[in-house]
Amino acid sequence: MQTPAPVEYERAASVDDAIALLERHGPEARLIAGGHSLLPMMKLRLARPDVLIDINDLAEELAYVRIDGDDLCIGAMTRHRELLESPVAGEHYRILHDAERVIADPVVRNRGTVGGSICQADPSEDLSAVFATLGARAVIRSSSGTRVVAMDDFHLGAYTTAVGPAEILLEVRVPIRTGCGSAYEKVERRAGDWAVVAVGALVCLDGDRITDAGVGLAAVGAEHFRSPAAEEILRGAEPSEATFDAAAVAASADCDPQSDQRGPADYKRHLAGELTRRALRRATARARGQEG
Amino acid sequence: MTTIEEPPAPTPMGFGRMKRKEDVRFIRGKGHYVDDVVLPGMLHGAVLRSTYAHARIVRIDTSAAEAHPKVRAVITGATLETLGLAWMPSLSHDVVAVLATDKVRFQGQEVAFVVADDHYSARDALELIEVEYEPLPPVMDARRALEPDAPVIRDDVQGKTDNHIFDWDAGDEAATDAAFAAADVVVSQDMLYPRVHPAPMETCGAVADMDPVSGKLTIWCGTQAPHAHRTLYALVAGLPEHKIRVISPDIGGGFGNKVGIYPGYVCAIVGSIVTKRPVKWMEDRSENLMSTSFARDYHMHGEIAATNDGKITALRVKVLADHGAFNNTAQPTKFPAGFFHIFTGSYDLQAAHCEVTGVYTNKAPGGVAYACSFRVTEAAYLVERMVDCLADEMGMDPAELRLKNLLKPEQFPYTCPTGWEYDSGDYPRALRLALEMAGYDDLRKEQADKRTRGELMGIGISFFTETVGAGPRKHMDILGLGMADGAEVRVHPTGKAVVRLSCQSQGQGHETTFAQIVAQELGISPDDIDVVHGDTDNTPFGLGTYGSRSTPVSGAAVAVASRRVRDKAKIVASAMLEVAVDDLEWEKGRWFVKGDPAAGKTIQEIALASHGSLELPEGVEGHLDASCVYDPPNLTYPFGAYICVVDVDPGTGQVKVRRFIAVDDCGPRINPMIVEGQIHGGLADGVGMALMEVIAFDEDGNCLGGSFMDYLLPTALECPSWEVGQTVTPSPHHPLGVKGVGESATVGSPAAVVNAVLDAIGVRHADMPLTPAQVWRTMQGSPFRTDLAIE
Ligand SMILES: Cc1cc2nc3c(=O)[nH]c(=O)nc-3n(C[C@H](O)[C@H](O)[C@H](O)COP(=O)(O)OP(=O)(O)OC[C@H]3O[C@@H](n4cnc5c(N)ncnc54)[C@H](O)[C@@H]3O)c2cc1C
Repeated sequence: MQTPAPVEYERAASVDDAIALLERHGPEARLIAGGHSLLPMMKLRLARPDVLIDINDLAEELAYVRIDGDDLCIGAMTRHRELLESPVAGEHYRILHDAERVIADPVVRNRGTVGGSICQADPSEDLSAVFATLGARAVIRSSSGTRVVAMDDFHLGAYTTAVGPAEILLEVRVPIRTGCGSAYEKVERRAGDWAVVAVGALVCLDGDRITDAGVGLAAVGAEHFRSPAAEEILRGAEPSEATFDAAAVAASADCDPQSDQRGPADYKRHLAGELTRRALRRATARARGQEG
Repeated sequence: MTTIEEPPAPTPMGFGRMKRKEDVRFIRGKGHYVDDVVLPGMLHGAVLRSTYAHARIVRIDTSAAEAHPKVRAVITGATLETLGLAWMPSLSHDVVAVLATDKVRFQGQEVAFVVADDHYSARDALELIEVEYEPLPPVMDARRALEPDAPVIRDDVQGKTDNHIFDWDAGDEAATDAAFAAADVVVSQDMLYPRVHPAPMETCGAVADMDPVSGKLTIWCGTQAPHAHRTLYALVAGLPEHKIRVISPDIGGGFGNKVGIYPGYVCAIVGSIVTKRPVKWMEDRSENLMSTSFARDYHMHGEIAATNDGKITALRVKVLADHGAFNNTAQPTKFPAGFFHIFTGSYDLQAAHCEVTGVYTNKAPGGVAYACSFRVTEAAYLVERMVDCLADEMGMDPAELRLKNLLKPEQFPYTCPTGWEYDSGDYPRALRLALEMAGYDDLRKEQADKRTRGELMGIGISFFTETVGAGPRKHMDILGLGMADGAEVRVHPTGKAVVRLSCQSQGQGHETTFAQIVAQELGISPDDIDVVHGDTDNTPFGLGTYGSRSTPVSGAAVAVASRRVRDKAKIVASAMLEVAVDDLEWEKGRWFVKGDPAAGKTIQEIALASHGSLELPEGVEGHLDASCVYDPPNLTYPFGAYICVVDVDPGTGQVKVRRFIAVDDCGPRINPMIVEGQIHGGLADGVGMALMEVIAFDEDGNCLGGSFMDYLLPTALECPSWEVGQTVTPSPHHPLGVKGVGESATVGSPAAVVNAVLDAIGVRHADMPLTPAQVWRTMQGSPFRTDLAIE
């Protein structure tokens, strides 16, 4: 049995209580949501917080998928499974269901949360790429108030985010667009494994023009999990194979994959292109209402 | 919706499908594993492991750990040296460090052992031990091990100046050379069977309890070979054997991983001696993957010779065998490469020769574990890949090439060019059945159609011959212990029975299968038969369960012992019925008078009478029991034909196993459901090894497969719905004709999967595991070394 180092445990009763506990216990305190990233790291003694602040009682407050104004809002304590099963999420952004279907396995999805995933900011994290694709914003709270940051400002690098030591992520807001399709493509070595490479695509159409686009990349060292170069090519272009090819070439250049046991860098770079092409095709078909 | 109530299937009075008796407790979570053992006053041990693959130990400071309030003892190699226990003999005439004294030789090697009040404190205290290492360059590539300037790993061995362990060969070299010289076609291919790990669900562990008053040592340990362990503890530690009791409780998977004695077990024993309290040690997942017995790691160079019309004439192979830091493979003494020399497989060849060179590297020791039947897995993979390489070279259909070269039924018993005597077989029948089940011709048509559309589909065939049931005492021993196994059958006065076995189940369903064997012989319901195993104080001696040997060896022992009981029951029945013994005839569960079926006695009536006051014939003792020590006259040779169908994504290299057809012939099936379960598991193993499992190392010696995030096991989603079929060719020398099946599918399936993938992408060879990256790279013409860090 793998065992973590000694740790204190607190249970937050509300968001404000969680923030107060974070402030009281200082920078060596950690929030724990589903625990599926933090606990394995603690068991391997790679992470050793002094205090765990359990926010599972905040599910009432922070677990939801709902429309608020022009945004689709996903609470930080929403479990993977809840997002996977949310009709409103799928209605607006099929990419959310595509991705959730291939994140981990049912056991992890039952506990792991959306907030925990993007706050972990693992370079292979799927939802980070999804939210980068969708141009989402993160709502973060501290004792001095609530702030909203764009995904580009949220992800500061591997395992680092804009969430400060005494802050908590409340929700992710995705702007609702019309005439759009989205899709997620992932290559994994085995069901439930982390991505070798994954790509998300958002395509918004006005007739035969792409009005807006998003290309998100996981596991290839893309800055902010995104390929601005590919998006640039897509915006204003015609949704054709030639456009997708050009975007694919751009995406595969717009990243910095590292060789590891999931695959060599050249393969990952190839996949970044290949999966971009596939995700764009599927997103476009969906935008046209052609694919179920 | 209508529900159809299926009538409960009656429990067969012998062979037949029945639910596993042991599952009643397993599915209720009531199994009892080592970690469930809790003894009064029990302490907990933890092992400090080396972070380096190769380093000199300069200094170990345990003072801070000893000062931990909950620590009861800290044991180092120096402590063990004073007891003469710092090193223990390996299973292959080498030594293994229990706790390192001079150097560490692989990452994860045992350096110190902490005993504390609880598991958490023991782990915490490990961090308080300071070890000063002087790092040395490691040897991580077997191909580098024999280079003249390679660092010498085993400088503990007097006079050792290189990393060479052994050279061994089998077959007729001159005849093979001659056959190659005369061949029309010769194909050669390098291939690696990479290092994989058994990764049982339950990791290894032990609870040691040395009673300071009686001097009796009891060890609970999930061992596949409890009796062998007891004898080895007696020999190594000098403890009297009657004062050692090894109890192997329920085991959560073994696959060979739980054959050997690990340093942790010895440390738990020493911990108990030192503290005079029971000590539990359970390794965690990473410890299991990084330090316990791996499998394979064979670098092979194969050559196959044939005539122009596709008759295979000879096979030759040179193997570089990576044994890790200590030579600790578990195999019969005479065979340093196990049964690898059965590498001619299922084919009728003129000549064959193999050479194996074993080397040390800075990797964990072990080497034979993982359902491999003493390296038949490597052998079967080699020949089945070589046959496909030949088919590729000659442009022949791989099924046709195999059918042309398979041994014919009339050739059995058949002595292969390296000396194995195959007991029985009808190979073409099995392959034809598999081809028919697969719809082979239609599959080839579909494949051709798909190719025109740029879709990649592959069909892979493998045919394997297993050699299991080790083995005849005169040829086979492990550390001097002959490979015969005992069994005792006793019928209680009320006609229920108990059978005691030397082997121990790790999930194979022994409690059911062995009860069914007794049921078959005595006509007592399997539900009325208790199977006792895994406790050396309560079972006869024998070497245990591995190499698919339980049913071939212990199963035979049980059958013979049951027949002896039946013979004795006949004498008792003759006394009861007052007729001559020769006038009696047996039907299942009953002796009756020939020609007068109504006059008879059931085994239950006989049991009661034999424990009662009935006057027995001169020289016949009361009670109804018998025993047998079974020395197998030969090994058994199960075989099978496997066909795998895959689809490969040309853009990503992802492989989908669409279908898998497995025709197995293991002789008669005692419980077909259990046999199918064994086959299903082995096929999943094969898919795992072919597509994802590997323990690679980087050049600094870091193990790159030390967690389940890195060491991938297949899931249900990677497995198709297995299509199993059977032919039945009984073994002529086994009392039940059965051949053993535990490892067949693991042996046979990897080649089928690999052959299918390579068939799909039209490439002659690439090494396992065929991960998406490896498949894509192979399609680009640049496959990588799967045993090293990917660059
Ligand atoms: C076997 C396995 C397979 C997996 N496979 C995948 C995969 O394929 N793809 C993938 O993307 N992920 C995968 N994961 C990761 C999984 O998605 C994450 O572990 C999980 O969703 C993280 O959420 P959690 O609630 O468990 O986070 P926790 O482990 O509880 O927390 C993770 C981090 O986030 C912080 N945190 C949590 N909530 C908040 C909050 N509201 N505000 C601020 N900080 C917060 C914590 O302090 C901690 O640092 C896998 C995990 C496992 C165990």
